[in-house]
Amino acid sequence: MSEFVETVLRPHFNFWVYVILMMIGLWALIAKNNLIKKLIGLSIFQTAIILFYVSMGVKENANIPILDHHGHEEHVVAHAEDGHAGAHDKKAHVEKSDHATGSHGESHPDATSPDPDTMANPLPHVLMLTAIVVGVATLGVALSIVQMIFREYGSLEEDEILEQVKAGNSDG
Amino acid sequence: MLSKVFATIAVVITGGILLYGVSDFPGFGDPHSPANAGVPGQASISQYFITESYGDTKVPNIVTSVLADYRGYDTMFETVVIFAAGMAIFAILRVVGDDSERKPRRKQESSFTNGDHSRIIIGTTCRLLVPVIQLFALYVIAHGHHSPGGGFQGGVILAASFIIIALAENLNSALKRLSETNYLKIACIGILIYAGFGVMCQVLESDFLDYGVLQPILMTDGPEMARSHSMLGVEIGVAFTVTAIMFAIYANLSSRGLLRDGL
Amino acid sequence: MKSWNKSKPAILMADQLPAILVLAPLFGAMIIGLAGTKDHKICFPITLASLLVTLVVAVAAAHQVFEHGPIDYFVGGWKEPIGIGIHLHIDSLNVLLLCAIAVVAVLVSFFSIRRIGDKNTEKTPHFYTLYLLLCVGLFGITIAGDAFNLFVLIEVSSLTSYGLIAMGSSKRGAFAAFNYVLMGTVGASFYLLGVGYLYLKTGTLNMVNIRDILSTQPEIAASRAVSIAFLFILVGIWIKMAFFPLYGWLPNAYSYCPSSSACLLAPLMTKVSVYVMIRVMVSVFGLEWVFASPGWSNLVVWLAVIAIVAGSVLAMAQREIKKMLCYLIVAEVGYMVGGAWLADEGLWGLTGALYHILADAAMTLCLFLAAGIFAKRFGAKKITELEGLFKEAPWTAVGFVVGALAMIGVPPTCGFFSKFYLIRGGIDAGHWEYVVALLLSSLINAVLFFRIFEIAYFGNKPAEGHAHAHDDEPAETALPSSEIPTWTGVFPLLVTAAIIILLGIFNGEIVAMIRVVLEDLPNLASRL
Repeated sequence: MSEFVETVLRPHFNFWVYVILMMIGLWALIAKNNLIKKLIGLSIFQTAIILFYVSMGVKENANIPILDHHGHEEHVVAHAEDGHAGAHDKKAHVEKSDHATGSHGESHPDATSPDPDTMANPLPHVLMLTAIVVGVATLGVALSIVQMIFREYGSLEEDEILEQVKAGNSDG
Repeated sequence: MLSKVFATIAVVITGGILLYGVSDFPGFGDPHSPANAGVPGQASISQYFITESYGDTKVPNIVTSVLADYRGYDTMFETVVIFAAGMAIFAILRVVGDDSERKPRRKQESSFTNGDHSRIIIGTTCRLLVPVIQLFALYVIAHGHHSPGGGFQGGVILAASFIIIALAENLNSALKRLSETNYLKIACIGILIYAGFGVMCQVLESDFLDYGVLQPILMTDGPEMARSHSMLGVEIGVAFTVTAIMFAIYANLSSRGLLRDGL
Repeated sequence: MKSWNKSKPAILMADQLPAILVLAPLFGAMIIGLAGTKDHKICFPITLASLLVTLVVAVAAAHQVFEHGPIDYFVGGWKEPIGIGIHLHIDSLNVLLLCAIAVVAVLVSFFSIRRIGDKNTEKTPHFYTLYLLLCVGLFGITIAGDAFNLFVLIEVSSLTSYGLIAMGSSKRGAFAAFNYVLMGTVGASFYLLGVGYLYLKTGTLNMVNIRDILSTQPEIAASRAVSIAFLFILVGIWIKMAFFPLYGWLPNAYSYCPSSSACLLAPLMTKVSVYVMIRVMVSVFGLEWVFASPGWSNLVVWLAVIAIVAGSVLAMAQREIKKMLCYLIVAEVGYMVGGAWLADEGLWGLTGALYHILADAAMTLCLFLAAGIFAKRFGAKKITELEGLFKEAPWTAVGFVVGALAMIGVPPTCGFFSKFYLIRGGIDAGHWEYVVALLLSSLINAVLFFRIFEIAYFGNKPAEGHAHAHDDEPAETALPSSEIPTWTGVFPLLVTAAIIILLGIFNGEIVAMIRVVLEDLPNLASRL
């Protein structure tokens, strides 16, 4: 059991959580009878994907992808270099010494560019900003349709609605 | 019951497949995974963003520069998604044209503190809060270049300030400040600002959303600063649309499309 | 904005074609949103104008693709290194679909004119805004060269279609729309998940770049995550295109929504999804990778066979015209998916599927337009209510018959030729079950439509009883015929009928155009 935890679960902990969350959402989406609960399931489902994407961009001991901006245009270093200890201490040191020798970086443009390992991957964040917005938009439209259903059927329970649909079918 | 059986089967199959794939993933937090560092022979695009984006755009917040510049086309359509949602909700829910129902059922209070005494506390708090929220929203929009923030976040906060008015008082007082005609217009103007920046670049004989060529118009030193300023411009456009549509969604959902009284 | 574009020099215009394609309807939608609420009369002219611009642009793009090769457009000028910006791509695989979308959108916009006479006139500008945004989404999907950008545009088209289906729809339509939202969102989320898996393994989102990596690095291409990515992308798109057994949302959603929405969505949404599937197979994973193990291909072809048979049989069981047509769409999706997965050596199955995308768009449009005219002018929604209507509306009857004959597969309509190519692929690949299913489906279609012809032509009942209102569909009660300009329905219908025949007559030329890219497949990755 502990071996399983160490070798399988621990290195991919976030990914396991995302799958479980997603399955909770999917189950609610299919099995729940109440339309609002279905929508809650849908939201959990979408949020799980967001967790998945963001987990992809995580780097051990890395900081947020915002460069430290000290007012001077050329003087840009990563947040993580300011004494952030961790696995990439060595690289940070190298960077610092580079920075010290390369005075203001105009002649050494590389000296100012941060070490990618000290910053989280920005791309998944960008993508998920889009996905969050899309999720909100979908939820809004779905809720408005639910309100329309309630106006028409006077119920939010799927089985009651289906009964009414069936009754309407046999009438026509 | 049947749906529960079906749901369980679907969940087990999907979850099984996904977990089967998970074991193939690079470790969590690995800075050298393909997504973070790239595959042999090709660095990941995120490496490029981290190392080069400041030189390209002079924006310290890499997320903002990727969002509004490198992937600006995505972000424009993201705004269009929001706009489309607002339009769809209007089309689905809004009850229009019934004049007999236009009259409010309840007697309206014209300001926060009139009427019911128990509302004095809520109204006063709200009146104190709203300007602070709005100021903070503007800060978040404008400061997206340097700290987490930007048009979407700021726009949502700005919309929250209107929603809080609707919650504390009623929907009508919020609609008095941001009426339906106005918010629909603001939403359109937001997208027009965004797309306008893009088309302006085309007029200056470059590609869509290639902000660098706007340098002579924006009078900046160097195309990088033109990119930076244009990003602020499109973020403001995004904020317009998001503010308007978020409030529209609240207004329509809370009043069942009647746009009166609210919750 | 449009006047600027027109006044620009021709050389510059040519470079900007992909951007203008999505921008023209976008600006049209915004202008309607700003000005249309005040004056409803300007909505239709603006819609038509921006769609005509896209039609011209699509034709110009086709000209350029066949004269000078594919168009690559990098938004924001972010070209190097590949993948940092967003890549738009037009080649012979999608340029004909672009033209088809533009043509369908223009024709349906005529059909939608009469909505202004509807009781829901307050929502006219919003209808047209959603209509144009849907076109933006469809064009964007078609030209996208970036896997994530494709997702965003899928959502643009999905959200607008939710709105178009749910607006002013009936009691049953509301519930159908809800199911559509759930299924559509799950489909898009699966697609997004698949793209995430791809990004996790390759570190890029650009389609061409992903394909490069997959073809040059066999250990990545063979990894589990990539196979699962393909599976989820495929299932997501299948939900979107209503492939068997994921078709549950389609029939109700399309048959209980307003006619103008159905006429726009039915021909385009499923077809564009089929295109996305083919694009993903060809440009992202590469056909060698997809067809590496024949088991998958056999499985999908069998699924397609079931889809064809089930769709046709279920269509026979329907009493309502629109619902019957919806089940035929399910069968037609089976044709295309099966054709694309035949994996025959000459790729005739894939060719047939691509040709059938165009043919089916025209056929579906034709039949839905005719059904819409019958429903609106005569209140005839059920097959039995069609009695004697061919005499009442001879021109509509002509259009309906042409569409039906194409569906059956009678030469010289395009339906015959698409089946011809698909069957050729099926025989080449040795998938006899697919060939049999196609022939069986043609037979069922013949039975279905000749039954309708008989009722509509020989039925002698006077057409009085037809105009009664259906209480379950209040939005579509028949209007007094004086209010309806007849030509708005008949004109697009007859144009579509003509297109069906033209597509059939010029099938050789069109197939040659389609095959430009297929014959060039090995070089696809090295094009950039």
